[in-house]
Amino acid sequence: MPITTEDTLRWLKQYAQVLHEQRDYLTQLDSAIGDADHGFNMDRGFKAVSEKLAGMAGMDIGSILKTVGTTLVSTVGGASGPLYGTAFLRAGVATSGKQELYAADVVNLLTVFVEGIKARGKAQTGEKTMLDALVPALEAAKMAEAKKLDLAQLLRLSSAAAEEGVKQTIPMLATKGRASYLGERSIGHQDPGATSSWLLLKTLADTGEGVFS
Amino acid sequence: MTVGLVIVSHSARLAEGVAELAGQMAQGLVSIASAGGAPDGSLGTSFEKVLAALRQVTGPDGALILLDLGSAVMATEMAVEAFAADHDYPVVISAAPLVEGAVLAAVEASVGSSLQEVAEAAEHGSELPKLHKEDS
Repeated sequence: MPITTEDTLRWLKQYAQVLHEQRDYLTQLDSAIGDADHGFNMDRGFKAVSEKLAGMAGMDIGSILKTVGTTLVSTVGGASGPLYGTAFLRAGVATSGKQELYAADVVNLLTVFVEGIKARGKAQTGEKTMLDALVPALEAAKMAEAKKLDLAQLLRLSSAAAEEGVKQTIPMLATKGRASYLGERSIGHQDPGATSSWLLLKTLADTGEGVFS
Repeated sequence: MTVGLVIVSHSARLAEGVAELAGQMAQGLVSIASAGGAPDGSLGTSFEKVLAALRQVTGPDGALILLDLGSAVMATEMAVEAFAADHDYPVVISAAPLVEGAVLAAVEASVGSSLQEVAEAAEHGSELPKLHKEDS
């Protein structure tokens, strides 16, 4: 089974719930190396998204993701607003008019999602950002698609690669964002943005467990 | 019409204060708008506030945007892109230090200089001496 519009709405609703539960954890990560607002910002942004979900029923997947993007841009005051906002807007353009997403569509969605964050943040991997979770996740998804694995497996592998990427951020020196002001003191802390990116993909994989194939 | 100025800060009070200070130098001849704080007024930046400020001060001569910290750049760039979608007026984001840049830009804009001249004036903000070194 592909990812349907209903699955997309379930994913976003569940992610809002996960962010609410993990709000203090994300904020704690951000207080070590940033401005201690990531958990709060993500929770607020996706709370606004979840309030719009009922109105999104009947939309195609592209329109849903574009609505998520504009909602995040207008409600989140931290860097995560423009970054996730741009990523979701581009994902919405890439999936415009679609009612279902298959493996190739998911790889395409992740590709534009990553490109959006790179372009908006002028960032690359290795700088202790969300890209350190998302780029390995994209690579894993591409590899899974090339091997013709089913969609649930693809998402599971992609999420696992993101989780590994999150761990890799711990010894990194931050050179982008607020954490870069800390210089060497940013080393030894897990990046909050990479963590919220992993949770996004983990939630999608969990949503599809036993459903997508 | 002169070049307009937009002051973007993570803090609403900081943005308003810088706009006030620059406005004093411009003697009412320059449109200056502040866009400070997150959408709910807490510390952060707001795409919509920056876009509203741009719409308020930007005419055919364009506008210069000054920022407090690098993390304000992304929301500002999104606002500039949205503004460009329905206006042809030129907009430049300045890398100048906020306070010095805003004051220099206000003075330059008040004499009717072009956007490029105003932007260059602001850039000199990083060279303004605050302490005069004693002659040795």
